[in-house]
Amino acid sequence: MGINSNAKQVIAEIVSNKKVGSYHHMVFAVGEIANAAKPGNFVAISVGGESSQLVLRRAFAIYRTFDRGASGGLLEIVVAPHGAGSAWLANQQPGAKIDLIAPLGTAFGIPTEPVRALLVGGGYGSAPLFGLSDVLKNRGCRVDMVIGASTAMKIYAPLDGKRSVSSLTITTEDGSTGKTGKVTDVLREIITSNEIDIVYSCGPMGMLEAINNITEEFNLVHQCSIEESMACGIGVCMTCVLPIKGDDGQIRMLRSCIDGPVVAGERVIWNAKRTIPEGTWGAH
Amino acid sequence: MFNFQTTLGKAEFENPIFTASGCAGSGKELSQFFELNQLGAVVTKSIMLKARSGRATPRMAETPSGMLNSIGLQGPGIDLFLENDVPWLRDQGATIVVSIAGESVEDYAVLARKLRAVPGISALEVNISCPNVENRGQVFACHPETARAAIEAVRRNIGGELPIIAKLTPDVTSIVEIAEEVVAAGADGLALINTVLGMVIDTNTMRPKLAGKTGGLSGPAIRPIAVRAVYQVHAAMPHVKILGMGGVSSGQDAFEFILAGASAVSVGTATFGNPMAAMKIKEELRAELISHGFDSLREAVGYAHRSEGGN
Repeated sequence: MGINSNAKQVIAEIVSNKKVGSYHHMVFAVGEIANAAKPGNFVAISVGGESSQLVLRRAFAIYRTFDRGASGGLLEIVVAPHGAGSAWLANQQPGAKIDLIAPLGTAFGIPTEPVRALLVGGGYGSAPLFGLSDVLKNRGCRVDMVIGASTAMKIYAPLDGKRSVSSLTITTEDGSTGKTGKVTDVLREIITSNEIDIVYSCGPMGMLEAINNITEEFNLVHQCSIEESMACGIGVCMTCVLPIKGDDGQIRMLRSCIDGPVVAGERVIWNAKRTIPEGTWGAH
Repeated sequence: MFNFQTTLGKAEFENPIFTASGCAGSGKELSQFFELNQLGAVVTKSIMLKARSGRATPRMAETPSGMLNSIGLQGPGIDLFLENDVPWLRDQGATIVVSIAGESVEDYAVLARKLRAVPGISALEVNISCPNVENRGQVFACHPETARAAIEAVRRNIGGELPIIAKLTPDVTSIVEIAEEVVAAGADGLALINTVLGMVIDTNTMRPKLAGKTGGLSGPAIRPIAVRAVYQVHAAMPHVKILGMGGVSSGQDAFEFILAGASAVSVGTATFGNPMAAMKIKEELRAELISHGFDSLREAVGYAHRSEGGN
């Protein structure tokens, strides 16, 4: 199988764009792409229009997809309008045509047996976890979810999403909703009391690292969706690499767009921090 | 019938649109979007003697109409490259230009020896200008003597008729001087230009944004610099074939390079924004040339240099 063999570049129409808290929930008519996408995959979107000075695509985790049969599939994302590119996208109205490539990257691994899964999302990083939750529930898994953010406006937890999980715990650093603190403050208790078998996470790298420290403590499988500054999203630019340990124990600088975004947390060299770890393949 | 064919040294190409070194991965990534044999040539990432991790991350910062990168020549090394990448490209029917980079003059000599008997390669791009090395002294193309030494080492060891294309940096006082030096040393053609050394400082962390601090600037932001370099070198040495590049994102951009004196044009950063960029540019360039009344690409090469009295 080739690299990104399901990926297609399409001009997709925006079906809806709704503001949800600090974010925009956007739906695109993407045709058959919807069928090929799995929870964890991402979409690379061209931003800024024809005369834009923004030359690079923006990567967004796929929130959900729907196959609507003959009328074509839908792909949904949650956009945080942080920079010029995401702000441009969030401003686009239904009917606008958007150049996107999907599905890209790795997907969350789904256990073959009904296990007890804990899904942890930071900010709008919760979005892809709802689609994952649906898949896990269909496999007979129990799904608990924790979503954290700095403040209530940055918690993404839509009603239908809430229905797909067995329990939902929300944390905010300012205490504006849910428990005051960070997601990692509540993980140990949930892992113990709900006898969690596997942890899935999506959010900022600092949060993923903190979660991974806890999953290692409990010796749990941790699948996380990582991120690093990315130019192309399709594996050609070699900018989005991270030091990751392979099956053979060798650390390599792997592309988060091809070998990720979903990786096993135990394989990531979390403390590399702007260096090439010693022993990395080809380090000198 | 419009003739889109072009040559660099003795190598012939069906059309003048190439990928730029380091902007097409191994080829496999782009082959999901179009057939690689539709390109004039695939220019591979610059390959070194040994496997190389490249620089730490972040390696990328977007800039106005461009981007800064500091990959640092991450790659598998020449042996694995010849074992895996080249045969695969050959199987695709791709026209292959292998790009090489060394840390020493001896590296270039060894790389050339390893490549001399490899079938299915149309030309060699000798990258003597990668800005993402820890030691600025390793940028061979910054000085006439080191530029000459690297190209001579390749010329002596490559044997046969494989054309050598020397890739130069615009970060010099006179690119013409360096160009003349490498041509005298045996280069058949010139790849103009490599990225321009730059820096972005993150105003939140108040430190350089890239882990490697400096990076190479690419994209439309550098296009006028590249067009100038091609124009100057073509004016000085009209007989030397040029592979032009730097921020080409449309057929009109590519046409500009052809008019300045390029015989072929590489597409780099535009591919990051659109995997189909090279295919789009190829068709747009063909239309552009035809609409200006040219019967062949060759007639248009260097057309901007004609005397004021001309048409």
